[in-house]
Amino acid sequence: MPAYILRRILIAIPTILVIITVAFFMMRVAPGGPFDLERPMPEEIRQNIMAAYGMDKHIVLQYFDYMGALVQGDLGPSLKFRDKDVADIIAEGFPVSATIGLLSITLAVFIGTIMGSIAALRQNTPADYGVVAFATVGIVIPPFVVGPILALFIGIYLGWLPSGGLDPRLGMTPERLILPVITLALPQIAIISRLMRASMIEVIRSNYIRTARAKGLSATAVISRHALRSAILPLVSYLGPASAALLTGSIVIEQVFSLPGIGRQFVFAALQRDYTVVMGVVILYATLIIVLNLIADLLYAVLNPKVKYEE
Amino acid sequence: MSLTSTPAEKREMMEGAAVKGRSLWDDARTRLLRNKAAVFSICLLAVLVFLAFIGPLLWIHDSAFIYRDRVQLPPTFENFHIFGTDAQGRDLFARTLVGLRMSLMVGVVATMVSLAIGVLWGATAGFVGGRLDQLMMRIVDVLYAIPFIFFVIILMVVFGRNIILIFVAIGAVEWLTMARIVRGQTIALRGMEFVEAAHAAGVGQLSIIRRHIVPNVLGPVVVYVTLTIPVVILAESFLSFLGLGVQEPLTSLGNLISNGARDMEIAPWTLYFPALTMMVTLFCFNFIGDGLRDAIDPKDR
Repeated sequence: MPAYILRRILIAIPTILVIITVAFFMMRVAPGGPFDLERPMPEEIRQNIMAAYGMDKHIVLQYFDYMGALVQGDLGPSLKFRDKDVADIIAEGFPVSATIGLLSITLAVFIGTIMGSIAALRQNTPADYGVVAFATVGIVIPPFVVGPILALFIGIYLGWLPSGGLDPRLGMTPERLILPVITLALPQIAIISRLMRASMIEVIRSNYIRTARAKGLSATAVISRHALRSAILPLVSYLGPASAALLTGSIVIEQVFSLPGIGRQFVFAALQRDYTVVMGVVILYATLIIVLNLIADLLYAVLNPKVKYEE
Repeated sequence: MSLTSTPAEKREMMEGAAVKGRSLWDDARTRLLRNKAAVFSICLLAVLVFLAFIGPLLWIHDSAFIYRDRVQLPPTFENFHIFGTDAQGRDLFARTLVGLRMSLMVGVVATMVSLAIGVLWGATAGFVGGRLDQLMMRIVDVLYAIPFIFFVIILMVVFGRNIILIFVAIGAVEWLTMARIVRGQTIALRGMEFVEAAHAAGVGQLSIIRRHIVPNVLGPVVVYVTLTIPVVILAESFLSFLGLGVQEPLTSLGNLISNGARDMEIAPWTLYFPALTMMVTLFCFNFIGDGLRDAIDPKDR
């Protein structure tokens, strides 16, 4: 196990390095720069600004400067917001994105597990067909369709919930999070209930479940204490990809519901050529995805004694 | 949906001899045609493709023509604005068809790009094996962990939103799984007894590849291609929704949905129709993909 963790970390390091390097050079090759304004500024001022951000040096030197600072945990200043560091911008946006993401995945795991289990236990009944139909629809319809439609019906027509934005004074209030969280969770609920249904069907046919039934355990005990434990394993290994999907999905959700999260900042920064903010967000996301994948795999190993990681 | 044989087939099997050998593909076709959802999806998709590519030529409204006095008309049969008009006064039905055409094209072309890269990469790794295989698959592992959508966003911003780039960028992102599938399949086939038998019987290398390797790799690849097309269409729409995909005067379903979402309070139909078209298209591809998977690889069920 420690060897496995070590190996995974050894793969993760070059991965992150590749990501940083590619993103760095890709941004710099871009035509246009962060200091392009409507009106061209005098050349001297431009030179001074470039020098102030160390951008007058050769690009390779800039790269090493950036990496040097990064190793010390410094993501640099934002090139667009003069008074903010990248760390500040991330600190503003990340709590919003993280809250929505965490709530969504919790909701998705909870509802998806229940729906999938019910479908499996009532296989080939209307309940099962309902879940399967829901899962098919949920996987196919993208968040950028569900989001606006939910905002339109529940937010505008029915007026039950606000359709977007956060109140700057109140911040994240529950009624403003409900629609974004549901929108982000729907595809995951669909995928998880499908996974859960398939694995539960397999598990309840296995011998040890028959044994548990035969020794007279109640149906509830058989399901909750025996079947669920192993049926949930595929779900655990799906959590890695799920977190990646949630991070990507949040870009759209934040756009649809105009939430001041990190995904929206990323798109804005990319359009504005705010190199350092783009880099900061990419590094954050890449690290998150890699770490979450690792956690999901380790969790899988812990929960499933059959798995042994060895070379 | 188990594969039960009809009485006629059973009789044929009993009689044994003189039965015409059925290829993998004959079997697959039979199974696919029994899948009602898949057959229906194929027909529906054919209609959609026809509408998307021929429709704009036949439809009375041009997708780019601006009716200044008909801004945001609700759907009406008057003047045949059956989907209504958009915020600029353009016929939404014509625009939806053109958008669908773009989405389908992106879907197919970008998938072909991913197919080309994935098959070459996977087949090379699988055939050559050894160190090179290790290296190539390590690279795939590393690339897997990269949040690609960010790179596609950066690419779009950096190099402008040109359509060729969208094809290449999305295609370049989606080849990884294809490479894994092809490699796995190639390695599995290399060691198969029927391949060895063919060798032993003196069949040439090329014939083995043509008769045994290609048809057997093709199955999973075809299935995966059908399932990749909707993913690609979604990816392009995602970009378009963020304002990073194809640009005016071109349009795609993602673009239309994005505009519809912007105008939905005043003109909700500009959201409904493109969204509905996209959903139907994605459903078709998914059902066809699932149907093909069941048909070609029945053990996977």
